[in-house]
Amino acid sequence: MEMDKVLDVQNLHAVFRINKKEYEVLHDISFSVRRNETVCIVGESGCGKSVTTLCVMGLLPKNGRVTSGSIRLDNTELTGLSQKAIRKFRGSKMGMIFQEPMTALNPLLTVGYQMRENLILHRGVDRKKANEMAVEYLTKVGIANPEQRLKQFPFQLSGGLRQRVLIAMVLSAQPDLLIADEPTTALDVTIQKQVLALLNHLKKEMNAGIMFITHDLGVVAEIADRIVVLYAGRKVEEGTVEQIFRNPLHPYTVGLINAVPDVEKEEFVIQPIPGMFPNITEEIPGCRFNPRCPHAAECALCSKEAPKMTEAEPGHFAACHLITAGGAQHD
Amino acid sequence: MGRYIRKRIVMMFFLLIGMTFIVFASLYLAPGDPAEIAAGPSATVEEVERMRVYLGLDRPFFVQYFTYLTNLFKGDLGTSLITRQPIRDELAVRLPNTLNLAVASMIFASAIGIPLGIIAAINKDSWIDNTLTTLSLAGISIPNFWLGSILIITFCVQLGWFPTGGMDAPFWTAHGFKQAVLPALSLGMQVAAGFTRIGRSSMLEVMQSDYIRTARSKGVAENRVIWIHALRNALIPIITQMGTSFGGLLGGAIVTEQVFAVNGIGSYLMNAISQRNYYAVQSTVLVIAFMFVVVNLIVDLLYSVIDPRIRYE
Repeated sequence: MEMDKVLDVQNLHAVFRINKKEYEVLHDISFSVRRNETVCIVGESGCGKSVTTLCVMGLLPKNGRVTSGSIRLDNTELTGLSQKAIRKFRGSKMGMIFQEPMTALNPLLTVGYQMRENLILHRGVDRKKANEMAVEYLTKVGIANPEQRLKQFPFQLSGGLRQRVLIAMVLSAQPDLLIADEPTTALDVTIQKQVLALLNHLKKEMNAGIMFITHDLGVVAEIADRIVVLYAGRKVEEGTVEQIFRNPLHPYTVGLINAVPDVEKEEFVIQPIPGMFPNITEEIPGCRFNPRCPHAAECALCSKEAPKMTEAEPGHFAACHLITAGGAQHD
Repeated sequence: MGRYIRKRIVMMFFLLIGMTFIVFASLYLAPGDPAEIAAGPSATVEEVERMRVYLGLDRPFFVQYFTYLTNLFKGDLGTSLITRQPIRDELAVRLPNTLNLAVASMIFASAIGIPLGIIAAINKDSWIDNTLTTLSLAGISIPNFWLGSILIITFCVQLGWFPTGGMDAPFWTAHGFKQAVLPALSLGMQVAAGFTRIGRSSMLEVMQSDYIRTARSKGVAENRVIWIHALRNALIPIITQMGTSFGGLLGGAIVTEQVFAVNGIGSYLMNAISQRNYYAVQSTVLVIAFMFVVVNLIVDLLYSVIDPRIRYE
């Protein structure tokens, strides 16, 4: 089972330096991604989803750093590696698809150049062979006239096509781990569906693990095997997609699910989570969610002590004082 | 692409017509009397009047302007009021020197300024960056006539490495190179400093962009990220700056040519202004405007070489 883990993140802590002061943006994050599995990292903007991906890719901005914890990719420890050393894993072992397909491709280089660059670098082929393979991968992601597309520049393609090009490019290096940071957010709904179906299909075909970042629970329901819910740099709940949707334990997860408007209900109302997402500089004692939590008023512990991660049912973890009483201690 | 160039050339034509009108009108409105200058200081009132009729200055403004325009189309830039020589011939002798100086300065500015800007950007906030940013600020602030004089005192008078002035050979010949080094340095310094600053900021902006992150996430080596993925994108605003700085070079040449005794159109214009040689001023300004417009057309064509988004429009 351990061998199956493509990515294993344990007790990851990361900080950002702002105005000469360091603020913790990730606190004790643990999760893993197995082969042929999609793990969705869910949370509001600023909760640490993207920072987690950047930690894994080793692409944190200069003012950010991992302070402790471990990130293992195919059983190789990535934390503490130099930029040069971690670069060898980028692209080849882990590929990343970004949120903004409109700006993620270099506007001055042809699609073909950018695809070939990746193939030559990671598959060790010559230019001619790289071209053939690029055609093959573009076909695989469902792009018509691949030969012609290779000669085009990104601005000549639509957003959906660009995202497909990016997916084809990332996959062409045959990574074991695919990190997708909100890859469908900038696309319209029909294209979104197509891209998700494509990712699902490719995951099985390539036997890769996908770490999928999103705040869209509709997307989560469609693609996830397991879900990790982050709130303000902390993991608050983790479980399979059925467990989370059927039986969300953490009040924040409940809030997220309730916030999705249900068109089949009689009254069509949006239920936002009350309060504001905390600023990075804010110190919140106890559970980070307590100022917004509907249950915190009844609980004496919530504003004093941080809740521990508890396994409520097999494979379903949550960090909340409300369930700590009933469930077994996790660690 | 062909359509784009044609469109630009047609626009350039109308721009130059507008330019002739502004130049002609401003000299028409300027105080002083060309007839008096042409007739000489000892001329009688009758002689001045005769000269006025001879030069056509007694006719209405628009008649004069259209005569001037038709002459321009025939390639006639008028006659110098002082030397009585065709201005076209006088400029033809001097123009190569000015172009020689301007191009040498531009090459110096690009070769020094752009790489320094990029080096500053990729070493952001280090001592290298701080030094280069300070130096470029100094470079922009130093007036070129002052720098020229200092260079002459140091390298010509004291060290004797370069001639103090003159320019009679193109800068790519050994002799011409020696003559061009100091004037190009003093004229190109501000432009070089400008390139460093804009190169730095443009490179910094590009390095922040999504496609650079994509390139890095692909595992592309940092050198390739900088030189293949970032540089060409960063060059776009630098090229814009090149076009506008060329105008600055032509303007700066007026002073630099004086300092280094270069027989170019800058010093010609300077003399023409001090002698109130109206027609010479008119034609020289027009020639400078023409060069500026042509250079900017070349710049626009350069864009399309670099940026496919313009090429395919």
